[in-house]
Amino acid sequence: MSAAGRLHTPLLGRTGWGALALFVAVAGVAIPILNVLPAEDSALRVPDFLIALLGKFVCYAIVALAIDLIWGYTGILSLGHGVFFALGGYAIGMYLMRSIGIEGVYASDLPDFMVFLDWKELPWFWYGFDSFPFALAMAVLAPAALAFAFGFFAFRSRITGVYFSIITQAMTFAFMLLFFRNDTGFGGNNGLTDFKRILGFSLQDPITRVGLYSASIAALVGAFLACRAIVTSKLGRLLRAVRDAEAKVRFSGYDALQYKLFAWTFSAALCGLAGALYVPQVGIINPGEMHPANSIEMAIWVAVGGRGTLVGAVGGAWLVNATKSWFTVAAPETWLYVLGGTFVAVTLFAPDGLVGLLRRLRLPGRSGLDGARSGEARPRGPETRRPDSLNVGSLKAKSLTESET
Amino acid sequence: MRASSKILNATLGLLLVIAGWQPARASELESHLLGLASDSRSEILDSIEALGEFDDPRALAPLEALVDKRLYRDVSGRLYIALEDGRGVVDGVTGAAVDIDVSTLDEPTINNRVRRLANGLIAQLSLRVPDAEARLRAAEKLRSRPSDEAREPIRRALEAERDERVRSALLVALGQIDLNAPDRETRLEAIAVLSEHGDRSLRSLLADLVVENEDGSFAEPDAEVREAARAAIDRIDRASALIDLAANLFYGLSLASILLLAALGLAITFGLMGVINMAHGEMLMIGAYTTYVVFGLFESYLPGAVDWYLLAALPSAFLISGCVGMLLERSVIRFLYGRPLETLLATWGISLMLIQTVRMFFGAQNVEVANPSWLSGGYEALPGVVLPWSRLAILLFVTGLVAVVYAMLQRTRLGLWVRAVTQNREMAGSLGIGTARVDMLTFGLGSGISGLGGVALSQIGNVGPELGQSYIVDSFMVVVLGGVRKIEGTEVAALGLVVVNKFLEPFAGAVLGKIFVLGFLILFIQVRPQGIFALRGRAAEA
Repeated sequence: MSAAGRLHTPLLGRTGWGALALFVAVAGVAIPILNVLPAEDSALRVPDFLIALLGKFVCYAIVALAIDLIWGYTGILSLGHGVFFALGGYAIGMYLMRSIGIEGVYASDLPDFMVFLDWKELPWFWYGFDSFPFALAMAVLAPAALAFAFGFFAFRSRITGVYFSIITQAMTFAFMLLFFRNDTGFGGNNGLTDFKRILGFSLQDPITRVGLYSASIAALVGAFLACRAIVTSKLGRLLRAVRDAEAKVRFSGYDALQYKLFAWTFSAALCGLAGALYVPQVGIINPGEMHPANSIEMAIWVAVGGRGTLVGAVGGAWLVNATKSWFTVAAPETWLYVLGGTFVAVTLFAPDGLVGLLRRLRLPGRSGLDGARSGEARPRGPETRRPDSLNVGSLKAKSLTESET
Repeated sequence: MRASSKILNATLGLLLVIAGWQPARASELESHLLGLASDSRSEILDSIEALGEFDDPRALAPLEALVDKRLYRDVSGRLYIALEDGRGVVDGVTGAAVDIDVSTLDEPTINNRVRRLANGLIAQLSLRVPDAEARLRAAEKLRSRPSDEAREPIRRALEAERDERVRSALLVALGQIDLNAPDRETRLEAIAVLSEHGDRSLRSLLADLVVENEDGSFAEPDAEVREAARAAIDRIDRASALIDLAANLFYGLSLASILLLAALGLAITFGLMGVINMAHGEMLMIGAYTTYVVFGLFESYLPGAVDWYLLAALPSAFLISGCVGMLLERSVIRFLYGRPLETLLATWGISLMLIQTVRMFFGAQNVEVANPSWLSGGYEALPGVVLPWSRLAILLFVTGLVAVVYAMLQRTRLGLWVRAVTQNREMAGSLGIGTARVDMLTFGLGSGISGLGGVALSQIGNVGPELGQSYIVDSFMVVVLGGVRKIEGTEVAALGLVVVNKFLEPFAGAVLGKIFVLGFLILFIQVRPQGIFALRGRAAEA
C-alpha cells in the first residue's frame, strides 16, 4: 500500500506495463497460437484440455479482482459473489439455450426442461435472450441491479463487518434455494446445459474454444486495468479510507454510502461478466454454483494472493485453483484438508497473502507477523477501528464527491 | 325304573347326538371354508352364504384373504393363506405355518358379487369378536371402505356395542353407507351423524352431494339434504382448520426447538463473545456422531441397557464437543480476536477439515441412530395429528437446557465472569479475572451446548458429515435476528422464524416459504440492525 502515500499514482509503472505486455504476449497470443497451429502430436502444441482449464482460471481471476476491489480495498467481505457470478452465467446460459433452437431432445422451440415441465410458452423473463447483445448486457446488469438494490439498503442501514457478510450469505442461500426450484424457470436442479453454439459457432469446435479463451484474456486485462484505474484514482483512495475508518470519512463530509455502493455494484457487474465468460467454456450452469461454500472459497483466493493488491488477487485465484485441480485428481480425499488448512494458515500467518510474504522477504526489517497477531499494526478491516490511519481531511471533499459519482 | 331308564336313554341319546353332531359341524365348516377357494364361482358364493349361517369367527381370516386375493388352494383342495405383510404362508383351516411357494398354487377367481357378499360377512363376523381392539380395527376398516352389504351387520353390531371408539367408527361407516339410502330421512340422519363424528376424510363424500351437474340438477335431489350436507362440510372444515393450526403450531414449535438448540451455542460464542464460528455447525455434527458411537458401544457391550444409551450420550457429547471447541479456541481463534472477518474464514477452513475427518472415520454416507424404545412412537393428540415422542422430548429438553444456560449465565461464578469479560475485557482482567481462561471456557460451553443439540438432532434425523452445514445459515440468522448478547432474543427469534416459516409453507411451499423468510430477515436487519432485543445505553455503541 505504499502507493497510497503519493497523491498521483500512475495507472501502472514501467515494470507494470512491461509485465502486462509480457502476460498478453504469452497468455493472449502465444498460447492460442500454440493450440491452433502446431500439429496434433507436436511437443509445442498446447492441448485442448489446457485451454479449457486456463479459460476457467482466467474467469476465476476476474472474480478475484472483483472481490479484491470490494474486500481488499473497501473492507467489505462479501459471501455473495457466487450469486453474481452465477447470475451472469445464467444470463448467457439463457442465450445459449435459446440458440439451441429446435435441436434439443424434444425438437421443440422451447428449452428442453420447459417441455419436460409441460410449459406451453416462454416465460416473460426469457424474452430477449434470443439476442446475444441483450444477454451479455443482462449478464452484467442483472447482478449489478441486484447488488445495487441489496447494497443500497444494507449500506444505508450502516450494516458493516461480519453482519454484512452474514446477510450476503443469507442472500446467497436464498438464491440457491430459489434457483433449485423447477418453477422458478431456470431449469431447476439441472440448470442450463447441452449448449450447441454461440453466435453461430459450434461450442465443440476447438477454434471457438480458443476464441472464448482469448475473449476471457481480453476481459481479464480490461478488468485489471479498470480496477487499477479505480484504485489509483481518488475514488480508490476514498475506498481505502472507508475500509480503514469509515466514520472519519463520513465526518469529513463524504457520503460513504455512494462510494461503497459504487464499488459493490461494480464488483458485482465484473463478477457477472466473469460468469458470462465461464459458462460457454464449461458448458453448464446450475444452482450448485450459488452454494454458499463457493462464495467463501472465492474469498480465500484473494486472501491467499494478498488482499489490497490486484496482482495478488489474480495470482491467488490461479494458485488455489491450480492446486485444487491437481489435488482433486491426485488425492481427492485430502483436498478439503488442504483448502481448510489454507484458510487457517493464511489468516493466522499470512494476513497479507503471498504478496505480503514476498514483500517481507524483500524488506526483512518490517515484520508483518507481529502486527497480524495483535491486530494493531496495520489498518485492516473496518473492525480494527484504528483511529489515525488516514488523514482524510487533506482531500478536497467537495470536488471529489462531485467529480467521481 | 322304566321312567328313569327312559330319561337315561334320552339323556344318553342326547349326549350321543351332541357328541356326534359336533365333529360333523366342524367338518362341515371346514368344507365350506375349502369351498371359498373353489374354482367355481357359484360354489364360492354358496360357501360364503353357508358360512354366514355358521357365524363362526374362524371363517374371518380366509374370507379376508379371499377379498385381498391372498387365498390359495393346492391340487388336493387344501386351503392356504399368504400373510398380509408377506411374512409367509399359513394353512387356511388350522392357521399353522406352512412352507410352500404360493406361485405353485391355484387362486380362486372372484368378482364383485363375491366381494360384496364376503365383505358383508367379514363385517358381521369381525364386529362380534370379544377383543375390543380387534373390533375397533374392524370398524376402522369398514369406516374407510364402507360397503352396502355391511349395513345390516353394522346396525346389529351397534345395538350390542358399548365401546365408544368402536361405536363412533361404526356410526361413521353406517353414515357413509346411508348417504346413498333411497329415503330422505335416512340420508338426513346420516349427514347429521357424519357431521358429528366425521373428520375431513369424509369431506369429499359430502361435497359430492352438493355438486351441481351440467344440466343444473344436483347429485342430491333433495334441497334440505343438500343444505344439511353444506352445513356438515362447513363444520368439518372448521374442525380441520383447527387441527391444521394445532399441527402446524406443534411442528413449528418442534422445529423451532431444534433451531434453538443449534442457535443456543452460537448465541454464546457469537452473541456473547462476538466470535463468528463457521465451524459451529460441526459441533452439532460432532455431538450427533458421539451419540452414534455411544449407541454402537452400548449395542456391542451393554445390549441390556441399550435403551438408556442417551443418558451416556448426553454428557459425552457435551464433553467432546466442548473439548473440540476449547482446542479450537486455544489453537486458532484466540489469535484472531478483534478480526471477525478473518475468524470467519479460518473457522470455515476448520469446518471443512472437521467434515473431512468425520468422512474418513465414518464414511460419507449417513449413519442411523435408533431411537430408544421409550422415545419411539407418538401421542395421537387429535385424529390425524401424531406428536412423536422424540420431538416432544426434544421440546422438553430444549426448554430445560435454555433454563439451565440462562441460570448458569446469571447465577454462577462462571456466568458472572463470562458476562464481565464480554462487557469489558480490560476492566474484568484488571479485577483479577483470567480473561483468556474465561474465553476458553465460554467457547467450550457454547460448543458443548451445540454438541447436546447434536444428540437431539440424531434422534429425529439421519446423521451425516454435512449435518451441521444445513443449520449454519439458519443459526446465524436466528442470532442476528435476536440481537447479539441476548439469549432471550435468540429464543424469540428461533421461535418466530420457524413458526412464520411453517405457516407460510401451505401458501408458498416449503422452499419459497424459506426464501420469503430469508428475504424478510434481510429487510428486517435493514430496519433494526440491532435485532429484536437491542441493547440499550453505552453497550449498544460498542
